[in-house]
Amino acid sequence: MIRLEQLSKLYGSFVAVDDISLNVRPGELFGFLGPNGAGKTTTFRLIAGILRPSGGRVFIGADDVHQNPIAAKQRLGFIPDRPFVYEKLTGAEFLRFVAGLYGQEGATIDRRIDELLEVFELTSWRDELVEAYSHGMRQKLIISSALIHRPACIVVDEPMVGLDPKAARLLKDIFRQFVGRGGTVLMSTHTLEIAEAMCDRIAIMQHGKIVASGTMDELRQQTAAGNVSLEDLFLKLTGGVHARELAAVLGDDGV
Amino acid sequence: MHVVGPKLRTARQRLREERSRGVGRTVVLGIVGAIFWLAAFGVLYRILRYFRGVEELGPLLAAKLLGLVLLSFVSVLVLSNVVTALSSFFLAKDLDFLVSAPVDWLRLYAAKLGETLVHSSWMVALMAVPILTAYGVIYHGGWLFGPYAALTIFPLLVLPAVAGTALTLILVNIFPARRTRDLLSIIALGAGAGVVLVFRLVRPERLARPEGFRNLMDFITVLRTPTSPFLPSEWASQAIMGELRGPFDPLPLILLWTTAAAFVALGAMLHRQLYSQGYSKAQEGAERFVRGVFWRRTVGTALGFLPVSKREFVLKDIKLFFRDTTQWSQLILLGVLVVVYLFNVKALPLHKGEDVGFFYVTLVSFLNLGLAGFVLASIAARFIFPAISLEGRHMWLLRSSPLDLRALLWSKYWVGTIPLLVLALILTGLTNVLLEVRPFMMIVGLVTICGLTLAIAAMALGFGALYPQFETENAAQIPTSFGGLIFMMATISLLAAVIVALWQAVYAYVRAIYEHQPVVIDAMMIFWFCVAGLICFVATVVPLRVGLKKMESFEF
Repeated sequence: MIRLEQLSKLYGSFVAVDDISLNVRPGELFGFLGPNGAGKTTTFRLIAGILRPSGGRVFIGADDVHQNPIAAKQRLGFIPDRPFVYEKLTGAEFLRFVAGLYGQEGATIDRRIDELLEVFELTSWRDELVEAYSHGMRQKLIISSALIHRPACIVVDEPMVGLDPKAARLLKDIFRQFVGRGGTVLMSTHTLEIAEAMCDRIAIMQHGKIVASGTMDELRQQTAAGNVSLEDLFLKLTGGVHARELAAVLGDDGV
Repeated sequence: MHVVGPKLRTARQRLREERSRGVGRTVVLGIVGAIFWLAAFGVLYRILRYFRGVEELGPLLAAKLLGLVLLSFVSVLVLSNVVTALSSFFLAKDLDFLVSAPVDWLRLYAAKLGETLVHSSWMVALMAVPILTAYGVIYHGGWLFGPYAALTIFPLLVLPAVAGTALTLILVNIFPARRTRDLLSIIALGAGAGVVLVFRLVRPERLARPEGFRNLMDFITVLRTPTSPFLPSEWASQAIMGELRGPFDPLPLILLWTTAAAFVALGAMLHRQLYSQGYSKAQEGAERFVRGVFWRRTVGTALGFLPVSKREFVLKDIKLFFRDTTQWSQLILLGVLVVVYLFNVKALPLHKGEDVGFFYVTLVSFLNLGLAGFVLASIAARFIFPAISLEGRHMWLLRSSPLDLRALLWSKYWVGTIPLLVLALILTGLTNVLLEVRPFMMIVGLVTICGLTLAIAAMALGFGALYPQFETENAAQIPTSFGGLIFMMATISLLAAVIVALWQAVYAYVRAIYEHQPVVIDAMMIFWFCVAGLICFVATVVPLRVGLKKMESFEF
């Protein structure tokens, strides 16, 4: 379970996250949407304990991330949007290192490493340095690292970026199975079709605030929209800008 | 200018951010910097004033000293430029963008050469200021001397920048793909050999012992002869001494500027010929690897008693170090420098001729603590100071995991301290054996160097956390940052404080021996040992605490 209580984050006078509250239940896949700069990544970094909140609290299970970080983080798997990995470790070494950070080791971890690398088709790369990995392979490795310690909650920022269609499908299946077993997933994405198809509930964020939250039906009710798609709802809520004249963008003097 | 514009704006923004952190920090930095400059100025002022009082020989010695200082500057700069050029010309993150943009080769060369020059030379340029000021003051250079000295030093900075850049360009072209490992090993070995070579070329020990010459005229002849008439540092020395002492001769200055211009032109031509091929080679596949079983079986097994998070962290740090050529290759250079250091101690004429023995041996052994401490501080600046900065990009992982930051700091501290401690004991122990010191000084030396090493490593880590460089692309640039400078200055203060405290105890010992009295370890001696111990203890604990607090406040 992930619970945010009146969470705020200020950078000087700029309000990045403005007093948001949220409750993501066990067995739920929750989508977090919003235009660029809405405050999604900041919120996720607050949940992961990387940033300190200016106000409010974050709970993973029963533990406050900032009051009782060790216990709270034991339950969390975090996948950031721009992950840097140790380039001079091999894939298997990186996974073992991450397991070590969670205090886990031994034959169980060795077996999980083999399983995860197998599932993500990285087995033949297990003893290659990460610096030789492609962007998609790195993304698979990061996802594996978030699963290695068997977390109860996963917070994932833009998980599909860089993944090939096969891996994207695999990830969707993993997340669905994960929540099916009582896990919690909080996911941000710009791919609205994915959010609409996968998420049990969705929150839309803008200017640091949550402007709507609920199931698809609840969102339609809140916005008094008819039977429209998530994309239309999103544009309605976030004041989507009308497409500009292409000619003006591309130059009207011809090519 | 357009090409370097983003970098300039980034630097300006950083300066603004620094200013916004308050005046207190600026004042502290200003005071520490001023003390350092004044100390350098003071030492040189005294030496030059003494030289000035020596008939005939004085000005020659002053010129020779300047030549040696500038020569050492040029040697350091060539090495520094080679390493920096590898990063700025071939590995920097803006290169993909610049190379794919319609930027012509000359603009790219000029921009990157400028960047390399600034990154590798700013510290040397700052060091030159108090030195040249001392010359200006002693020889009444007048207010025009400042601009004149700048005019002389500038081409002396350009020359190694062009030479270093050209060397890197050639090496990148010779070695296939991204073989920076081989490249940097060669650079490190070359630099090590260069240091030894320069040392032999100059033969400074001859100048210290005029009695070794057949007569005074031989000695003066040696002093009058330029170290090498083809070395730009010699031209700069002649240009400066000519201006200060007369007769003024514009030739050295003309030589410097024309050579610098010719170097830039030749460097640009070489760049035009080789850069695109070299850049392409540098982008080719990274090295593939291997199973890291060795470290797991050795260090991993030895550290079996540690909690898994600490053990994995130590293993990770060791693997990263030995797989990163820019890090481990410096060990080669380090080895060469240690050999040169010990060789110099051995070459000291303490046990030759009449019995000057005991007092000088004790003095040298004692002062060697300061020198060894300085060497250790330089090594800590290179290897331990960047440790926190290098974790910056991975903080998302470390902070989102249940890893206690104290465990991180603990691992970093001991991974850095243990090798430093081994080196410290070897340096001090071997030096003392070569000097044939008595057991008392041997014990004082070894215990003190242990205390100093623990403190220096803690300060390196603490200052590294206080002045992190998370955005720096090249680990080698981190120690040359402002924080690195402050760390070195703080370490020098620590060394001075410990040496002053210990001197009281060592002086009592020396006096007792000199007066053929039994050495009594009295209350006063113990008091000063305790003071030195306390200084080391505080210098260990406080920086680690401050560093930890700072790390807890990091936001990414």
